[in-house]
Amino acid sequence: MATRNYLKIDFKDIKTYVNPGRRKFLKRLGGGILIICSVGDFSSLHAEILQSRPMPTDLNVYLRIREDGKVELYTGKIEMGQGVNTSLAQMLAEELDVNLDDVVMIMGDTDLCPWDMGTFGSMTTRFFGPPLRAAGAEARAVLLKLASEKLKVPLERLVVYEGMVQDRENKEIKVSYASLTKGQQIVEKLKDKPPLKKPEDFRIIGKPVFRQDSTLKVTGEALYAGDIRLPGMLSARILRPPAHGAGLLGLDTSALESFGDVVVVNEKDLFAVLHPNPERAHQALSRVKAEWKVPDPEVNDRTIFEYLVNKAGEGSTVDREGDLTTGMNASSEVVEEKYLNAYVAHAPMEPHAATAEFENGKLRIWASTQTPFRLQETAAGLLDLPVESVRVMQNFVGGGFGGKSNNQQALEAARLARITGKPVQLIWTRKEEFFYDTFRPAAVVKIRSGLDNEGRISFWDYKVYAAGERGSRHFYDIPHHQTVAYGEWGGSSGIHPFAVGPWRAPANNTNTFARESHIDMLAHKAGMDPFDFRLKNLKDPKMIRVLEAVGGKFGYRPDRFPSRRGFGMACGIDAGTYVALMAEVEVDQSTGKIKVRRVACAQDMGLVINPQGALIQMEGCIIMGLGYALSEEIRFDGGKIHNQNFDDYEFTKFSWIPEIQPVFIDAPEEPAQGGGEPSIICMGAVIANAVFDAVGSRIFQLPLTPERVLAAMNG
Amino acid sequence: MKKTIQFTFNNKPTTLEVEDNQTLLWVIRTSLNMTGTKYGCGFGHCGSCTVLVDKEPTRTCLTMADFVEGKNVLTIEGLARNGELHPVQKAFVEHDALQCGFCTPGMIVNAIGLLYRNPEPTRQEIIDGMHENLCRCGSYGRILDAIQSASKEMKGGKWL
Repeated sequence: MATRNYLKIDFKDIKTYVNPGRRKFLKRLGGGILIICSVGDFSSLHAEILQSRPMPTDLNVYLRIREDGKVELYTGKIEMGQGVNTSLAQMLAEELDVNLDDVVMIMGDTDLCPWDMGTFGSMTTRFFGPPLRAAGAEARAVLLKLASEKLKVPLERLVVYEGMVQDRENKEIKVSYASLTKGQQIVEKLKDKPPLKKPEDFRIIGKPVFRQDSTLKVTGEALYAGDIRLPGMLSARILRPPAHGAGLLGLDTSALESFGDVVVVNEKDLFAVLHPNPERAHQALSRVKAEWKVPDPEVNDRTIFEYLVNKAGEGSTVDREGDLTTGMNASSEVVEEKYLNAYVAHAPMEPHAATAEFENGKLRIWASTQTPFRLQETAAGLLDLPVESVRVMQNFVGGGFGGKSNNQQALEAARLARITGKPVQLIWTRKEEFFYDTFRPAAVVKIRSGLDNEGRISFWDYKVYAAGERGSRHFYDIPHHQTVAYGEWGGSSGIHPFAVGPWRAPANNTNTFARESHIDMLAHKAGMDPFDFRLKNLKDPKMIRVLEAVGGKFGYRPDRFPSRRGFGMACGIDAGTYVALMAEVEVDQSTGKIKVRRVACAQDMGLVINPQGALIQMEGCIIMGLGYALSEEIRFDGGKIHNQNFDDYEFTKFSWIPEIQPVFIDAPEEPAQGGGEPSIICMGAVIANAVFDAVGSRIFQLPLTPERVLAAMNG
Repeated sequence: MKKTIQFTFNNKPTTLEVEDNQTLLWVIRTSLNMTGTKYGCGFGHCGSCTVLVDKEPTRTCLTMADFVEGKNVLTIEGLARNGELHPVQKAFVEHDALQCGFCTPGMIVNAIGLLYRNPEPTRQEIIDGMHENLCRCGSYGRILDAIQSASKEMKGGKWL
């Protein structure tokens, strides 16, 4: 039932192909048992998903039981902090019945791992999890078959504990996975798929497990793309325009002649200076004088909202039921409002970085990327190489949040490596990071809605401009409603003046801010407490359950509204997960500054694979979400981006963090849903609603800056 | 202009030839091949590049390399002793106080500097002392908990 709410992703630009050199791959792996599974093998598991959206059919899983008993898990997914290197290992260890510590994760290496579209959209657990678990179950069945032959014990008498197969009637008769696999290379595929374990039999899934990569990260050993050091490597600095859309008129490089040993690359769209010492390259580039023609700004951060509505063109209907006119005629009150939000940067702590080298005609790239296979394909296309001649090697990624999917930096590094014939490293400066970020789109939402005499929502006319439709569909019990999404948001060719892209729960932050602010407006109009008003207008039992759960945790008691307590609430659905948040804020009435004291969050994400990881993702969402709610805003004039570093782009700091009160709904029989994004979607609305409850004034634009708070309070 | 500097780097006497306009950050990352010290912003706003210079947390992106002449420089790689993690490192692991890990070295080093100055800080003092270190993944609460528990562990000056 929740599949309707999944992220809409266009797969058309992703060419699927089977991993080249399978034979070579097998040879490289050596002995052991290799299990290969693909989504196509598990159509029953995926019937629900496949019906709702196209899925690549070759989302493969490889696992190998090594001769030493370790289990290698090969996945095209990457680890950027979200903790899937731990939760995926848990799923495999559970189904295979091995110790969690014996799982070795091999991630995002295009030579070793099966093709994958990328790590985004809270999809790893939802879509990669089921085939992975099935692969684990299949591997276990293969090993049991081998054990049965070796021990001469019938299958049904065998049990497994931590990689040891035993005769249940005589525990002395046993054989380990390691010794079963010794000297063998078996590629198995079973005809009859073994069933997955039932929740009551779980020993590893559902148990809190700490991150598996902490030791590497606290010692500085964890490598990121910019930490690769290669002999003879050059660091690159690239000439950048002062504004998007600017054209280069002239270039004076004469100062470089006296600069010494820098390598200069000057191709039509790429001027770069390279040196083994990145600071020398930087200093050299700063001596280059470039003259640019910057187009007159057509739009800025103040005028953008009207601009987007005008440019948006025809909308597409997301959802529709009943008849709006009928609904309006049945209304005693009509409430119409407009909600705005600014462009927001991803601002991961690790700027985009890449290291590239050619060796014997083969290109190797280490890149901070959420899409290693897409990078492999685009690099091959750009440099006219066979796909199998490009290998993307994955390191840890220092935060992505949707912003590391375009691979511009890696393609630049690859080009420079080809041109110079040397290994090249490119680490974007923080200024470049802000300039080339694919921002979360600025957006407008217009809502017209009505109430009947009994405090029920009688109609809902919802229009979202330039943000996207994820999260735009409401979940209240409204007889007459319509939701329409206007304007493109992805890529660089849309209606936005510069590139925008997915930002942690794309579109849903915009849509949830608008919808849940508006629900509070209606509650106020109806003279009802917003908690009671929501319960009255909800019928989805899952949503009612999370709302009641958060109310219980928060200790919420309905009151007059606004109550001056500074309490707010908001609900939403993202990546199949239901969330409800409550917040307590304090507003400094003289400065307009908001202090968020505490946030309670209830989340129903179905089966929770790793409760510890899920909790940390929830905390991360709340803490990160404070930023877009309170301060994050890109300032620009035309293509000129004014924010260049963290001093003029403020996000959550230590002193901002609230007390966090988490609740997870226990639903182990339900499929596992997304966990990396859902609880961030409510942060704008929950704080805006709490501010209204505190001061009786509503702010219709994110971020909720002190200036906007004061302006709202002063009418 | 090149010059030779001598200093103690991760407990080892080190002699290095540097350019006079080189920052400590890139000398550590390139000449010394220690990449745990990260470039995050280049202007001292984020703290990812923090190391200890004579026990003082120092933003290496704003510090010229020759500043450390005769001084003692400790990076994230130099904290463990005989294979045993520093109590602050250990506390970060035990509190799951990290996600992507990119800010982590700077956080840990800055926290150790804070504990040198104030071995038993209150929670508010930790917040004040860590305030200019940024984390985008949202691990702040766990980092505070980790530092607080490490300070208890280190009572009596152990490791300081």
